[in-house]
Amino acid sequence: MRFELTPRTHVSPVMRALAPVAAFITAFLIAGFVIWLMGRSPVAAFDVYVLQPLSDPWALQELLVKATPLALIAIGLSYCFRANLWNIGAEGQYVIGAVLGGWLALKTHGTEAGAWVLPLMLLLGVIGGALYGLIPAFLKTRFGVNEILTSLMLVYVAQLILDYLVRGPWRDPKGFNFPQSVTFDPSATLHPILEGGRVHYGAVFAAIAVLVTAVVLGRTLFGYRLKLTGDAPRAARFAGFSSKATTMAVFAISGGLAGLAGISEVSGQIGQLQPSISPGYGFTAITVAFLGRLNPVGILLAALVVALTFIGGESAQILLKLPLDLTQAFQGILLMCVLAADAMVSYRIRFATRGGGK
Amino acid sequence: MKADVPPSGAPLVELKGISKRYGDLLANDGIDLSIEPGEIHALLGENGAGKSTLVKILYGVIEPSAGEIRWEGRPVSIGSPVEARALGLGMVFQHFSLFDELSVAENIAVALSDEWNLSTVRSKLGEISSTYGLALNADRAVWTLSAGERQRIEIVRCLLQNPRLLILDEPTSVLTPQESEHLFTTLDRLSAEGCSILYISHKLEEVRRLCRRATILRAGRVVATIDPRAKSAREIAALMVGNEVGEVRTDAPHHPEGEILRVANLSMPPAGLHGQALRDINLVARAGEVVGIAGVAGNGQSELFAALSGERPADRADAVVIAGKASGIMGIDARRRLGAAFVPEERLGHAAAPSHRLSENTLISHAAAEVSRSGFILVNAAKRLARSIVQSFDVRTPEGDPQARKLSGGNLQKFVIGREIIRKPKLIIVDQPTWGVDAGAARLIRQALVDLARAGSAVVVVSQDLDELFEVADRMAVIHHGSLSPLRPIGEWTREAVGLEMLGVAQAHGGAHAV
Repeated sequence: MRFELTPRTHVSPVMRALAPVAAFITAFLIAGFVIWLMGRSPVAAFDVYVLQPLSDPWALQELLVKATPLALIAIGLSYCFRANLWNIGAEGQYVIGAVLGGWLALKTHGTEAGAWVLPLMLLLGVIGGALYGLIPAFLKTRFGVNEILTSLMLVYVAQLILDYLVRGPWRDPKGFNFPQSVTFDPSATLHPILEGGRVHYGAVFAAIAVLVTAVVLGRTLFGYRLKLTGDAPRAARFAGFSSKATTMAVFAISGGLAGLAGISEVSGQIGQLQPSISPGYGFTAITVAFLGRLNPVGILLAALVVALTFIGGESAQILLKLPLDLTQAFQGILLMCVLAADAMVSYRIRFATRGGGK
Repeated sequence: MKADVPPSGAPLVELKGISKRYGDLLANDGIDLSIEPGEIHALLGENGAGKSTLVKILYGVIEPSAGEIRWEGRPVSIGSPVEARALGLGMVFQHFSLFDELSVAENIAVALSDEWNLSTVRSKLGEISSTYGLALNADRAVWTLSAGERQRIEIVRCLLQNPRLLILDEPTSVLTPQESEHLFTTLDRLSAEGCSILYISHKLEEVRRLCRRATILRAGRVVATIDPRAKSAREIAALMVGNEVGEVRTDAPHHPEGEILRVANLSMPPAGLHGQALRDINLVARAGEVVGIAGVAGNGQSELFAALSGERPADRADAVVIAGKASGIMGIDARRRLGAAFVPEERLGHAAAPSHRLSENTLISHAAAEVSRSGFILVNAAKRLARSIVQSFDVRTPEGDPQARKLSGGNLQKFVIGREIIRKPKLIIVDQPTWGVDAGAARLIRQALVDLARAGSAVVVVSQDLDELFEVADRMAVIHHGSLSPLRPIGEWTREAVGLEMLGVAQAHGGAHAV
């Protein structure tokens, strides 16, 4: 006996809309089973993961904080994924953006440098991420190297560069030998939107990215070019769209947005460079992009939802002594469920019996 | 010539009430068909009539929703091609399933059961080759062979298993007229020995040449079982299409004027390992004429199309001159702006994006024109354009602005050709304009191309369908192994002359493919 996926002749719009919800429920059931196997109460875990963050004003604010980098990166990735190009290295582009932008913060540290520092840092963050994203794009267009492998491997390179810098040349001399840089000056800090709040201007950048992307993907030839490249590459060539230029453009855009997320996080939340500046935003953003169906507004919602798992994961670690790795495992389960649910909407499973016939 | 085996009771194979449903679509609807021992039975129908579905059911590839198959009177269930072969069925598919890098003998051995090895295949191959006139060199690598020779491998592979029924799916679509005639001789001999043949085709002449009985399918149903020699080609066509098919009018005055396209000494290396190189191609198309390019598939047609359209630019600007402008190194978009239009062979995936709506598909070749302004898509203009193409070219759509894949082959082809013609291009280059298209749509498309030429455009039609070229072309050339024969007025060509060019004149004289 074997499985066969046969396309559905009619795809119900209701099913399509409900698929992410079904994916969520399934992912929670699987995760609940795992938690039960670990000897904890799935009900208590659900309470800690989902209900508590949603009923606590501090946690709600934290939700926006975590959703910001997720949304920025996932919006960028949606450009790539629409064109059927697989940038798996947003985490690395995020790190390099933070490193290049952070370099200016450290350079101007303790000087009288004025208000120009922060905008320039952000710009450097974008440039750093974009250039780093262009490496796999160049290798793909020039030598035909698979971009999934190169972009993923470059994540580890980026992390090691950051690690080297904060342990070596960029270490704070007065930092008791901790592997971290000096704390950024106020002129190099991205400020909260509300005085005393935690949500910084990165959230505004994410909102702008969502709006601009909605227009670009839906209403411009460039957006159509990505869609056509993804859906029918030969037709894209026939339309006169160079696939090399498309590849370079989408990797630069997604790298740039990941870099912007990186420098925003470092200058807005962390305030210094340290070996770990991301709980895996770059990877989780892949889930966010697909959960949001590569649609800008969908991605915004998905980012908020997935941010919940980060906050819930931290509380679960404290309250239920569940390992933080479980959060990543859950995000992985969620991605699988989302992809499976989408496949189920467009295809039906048939159990084919070989040889017998009727 | 034909086997005179009397129908000793039961036919060899009998299909009764075969139906196959795909969702809302009934691909086969209660089909009855019987084949006598030694009979060459034709299965006729347009694309989408249900021929392939029926044959796949018979060969065990798909399972029928209802109905019964009887083999020599006994009900059988054929669950897989392996079971089909065990019963005595052999099938030669339209698209060959051969490994390019392996030799002829290896390709045959791979497909046979374990009792066979290379040396037994080699000895039996020689025997079969000489008995049936299927010349094959056991040690040649497949990629060096012509389509006709590749088809022989498939046939020999079936014959080695002593089939009782041989199924051939559109076997002549890749053959020259001479190669086809050769195939018919082989089939006659097989039938005389008692092997039944189910011959699938939409070419009426060859069916009348080969078969005494033909089953005609239309929209999944048997509309008639006839003796094809007792009916005229027009009558049979009318049965296949369901109404009378008119002819293309080409009698309007024909006064070609200035040159629109000049191709001078165009040579291109092959794009891939088994691609075809283009060799020193010269071609001129003038305003007001239809230039036809004939040839057997795989002789450089798609490479020529890519070079003319700019999908793969040449290395010299003056290799392709469009409307007086040396454009050999321009991309496809720049050439469109010079007034050229292009229609590639593949409708789905090349000319149109299957999952995109027709209005979105207008953007593919109109990116620089009226459906966008400074990088923004004019959604309403695109919808209006799609609507006017649909109306002007009688495209039948299931809904207002459907996805391209929801259209039947013929309707989508009318759309992609209409999308180009509606721009009133100075030059249009069309690769296989009516490939796999029903007769009604084919006529409309040919007429539209002829009308465009008569209105003062240059039209270049690349086609494997000789009848089509004789119908529409004013001048014609033949492409063979990447070289183009001189262009001659259509009146100076005979089918035989075209056939010789298709084989390469030198080769024909050498007798390598002598018929």
